[in-house]
Amino acid sequence: MTATSTPPSTSSPYAELKAPTTARRLLTAPTTGPLAALLLACAFFSFSTDQFLTGGNFSLIVQQVMVVGTLAIGQTLIILTAGIDLSCGAVMAFGSIMIAKMAAEGSMPPLVAIAVGIAVCGGFGLLNGLLVQKIPLPPFIVTLGMLNVAFALTHIYSEEQTVTNLPGPLTALGETFPLGHTDITYGSLVTIGLFLLLAYALSSTGWGRHVYALGNSQEAARLNGIRTSRLTIGVYTVAGLLYGLAALLLISRTGVGDPQAGQTDNLDSITAVVLGGTSLFGGRGSVLGTFIGVLIVGVFRNGLQLMGVASIYQTLITGVLVILAVTVDQISRKKAR
Amino acid sequence: MPRTTRLSSSLLRAAAVTGVAALTLTACGSGSGSDSTGSGSGSVKVGLITKTDTNPFFVKMKEGAEKAAKENGAELSTAAGKFDGDNAGQVTALENMVAAGVKGILITPSDSKAIVPAIEKAKAKGVLVIALDTPTDPESAVDALFATDNLKAGELIGEYAKAAMKGKTAKIAALDLAPGVSVGVQRHDGFLKGFGATEKDVACAQDTGGDQAKGQTAMENCLQKEPGINVVYTINEPAALGAYTALKAKGREKDVLIVSVDGGCTGTQAVKDGKIAATSQQYPLKMAAEGVKAVVAYAKDGKKASGYTDTGVTLITDKAQDGVTSKDTAYGLENCWG
Repeated sequence: MTATSTPPSTSSPYAELKAPTTARRLLTAPTTGPLAALLLACAFFSFSTDQFLTGGNFSLIVQQVMVVGTLAIGQTLIILTAGIDLSCGAVMAFGSIMIAKMAAEGSMPPLVAIAVGIAVCGGFGLLNGLLVQKIPLPPFIVTLGMLNVAFALTHIYSEEQTVTNLPGPLTALGETFPLGHTDITYGSLVTIGLFLLLAYALSSTGWGRHVYALGNSQEAARLNGIRTSRLTIGVYTVAGLLYGLAALLLISRTGVGDPQAGQTDNLDSITAVVLGGTSLFGGRGSVLGTFIGVLIVGVFRNGLQLMGVASIYQTLITGVLVILAVTVDQISRKKAR
Repeated sequence: MPRTTRLSSSLLRAAAVTGVAALTLTACGSGSGSDSTGSGSGSVKVGLITKTDTNPFFVKMKEGAEKAAKENGAELSTAAGKFDGDNAGQVTALENMVAAGVKGILITPSDSKAIVPAIEKAKAKGVLVIALDTPTDPESAVDALFATDNLKAGELIGEYAKAAMKGKTAKIAALDLAPGVSVGVQRHDGFLKGFGATEKDVACAQDTGGDQAKGQTAMENCLQKEPGINVVYTINEPAALGAYTALKAKGREKDVLIVSVDGGCTGTQAVKDGKIAATSQQYPLKMAAEGVKAVVAYAKDGKKASGYTDTGVTLITDKAQDGVTSKDTAYGLENCWG
């Protein structure tokens, strides 16, 4: 492990806001509860059903959560700044239908189509960030509007047609490679890689510490010399680019471009963030917590299905867990004061 | 060097959390591999994946499947998408059922095209896949299809409406499902075919998603656009009842003919009450029961069901028209679902 060339931490504004020890405690504590919940759930399903505890099943769960997981990374970044993004699923759907249609209709080489699709999603993020920061408007309203815009554009552009017969590069991430007894998709690796990358960026770079500072108090961050405006717009743009990557992962998983996709993914991504212990008030949480959060949902869905329990109960349990997670967050905030 | 320590500790922490999460899942990982032959338990496992959990049509289908599973000594597990059109949810359910070792899967595809790759993966693992109610695109992607002939369901109410109009000039409103969904397209086209009309004769067409509130809104808007509407084709009875509410508000409910498709109990009662003139009744319980039987047969002797089985459709009305075969609402209520 080598140190990067980030400025020494003593000059970081965050260090002046809170003592480093407190900071570290705040960054790490929220993942403990979710991890315990995940372990408990896994233990329960391992005893309840024979098929749960296999490498193949684990690989399957990661495949099933990679799309919402990648959206949830972007969602985590935005929620850390005390914002929220309701448009992520719709933006992803637009990106995926763009990539699929441009590549399948042969107007563009597949790799170019992928790049354009991801860039367009980044553009949506940039636009969200500009509206939130420059006018300024509440993130909830901006992204609610953008949800409708992206949803409508998806349906107009696709002419309600599912795009099939996609060229190879679009579905490459859905291909598998053997690992021991199981097959892992390349997409799963991409998702795990993205989680690690953003976890590193948040915990060990100046940018990451600024994001936390911004979420704790925009005013304090600004007075400490952080360019809050640029930082906010940057966070929304990075989130948009992540939605573009999620669009590619979605295509690779389903093998088609589907205009109906992602309609509940905005709420599902928020669910994952909350279950992972990130606070909706901003400034507290981590993308690794979100990774655990998204796995909790995936494990419950898969495990209950293996037990033969109807999917509506999975929805019920998810709802209860979300309320529990927010309750835990509130109690720990009260204690922290 | 405090800088380096902090960096490495955070990286370590990141690696540790990810590692624990991964280990948690793979612990004792290489269990039994992922062979999909449900071992030992004896009873055949059947999976049913519907479009949603909440639509009474699918609730009824589930009941039919459960009953048939009991009778045939099979074990049924069910799942559904979150909303109509939730392909990703159905793909996930398919994968999980294959992992659970089902012998066969019955599915009502939310997206006929998008579900195909996932179905092919399941079939490659030796699972029998049967489509219920809605065909896949291409139809050959599944082993077999048990469904209503939706084109015929539309034709029946089209013929009925034509006869009931007795030569009056028709101004048609079509309350459709959603763009590009095969069920809706087939019923709509069937209606026009049975009526002997073309798309040009439709004064107003609106999507309703088969929802009562949206059906009402659509009808209100259609009446604004073309007050002279006298025939309303609807995708299903909730949409039809929404249309009826809108017409009643305008005092037009007596002189506008509403026809529909589905034959749910609420809808059939509405036919009896004179709110809907006629409906094409379909039989979801039968679809599910036939599907379960086919999976059980496959488990017994390895014979796969194939091709398309029409589970039948009956025109239900209390105002029978000459030359159009129908049954009354007494029959309809006896055989309705939901």
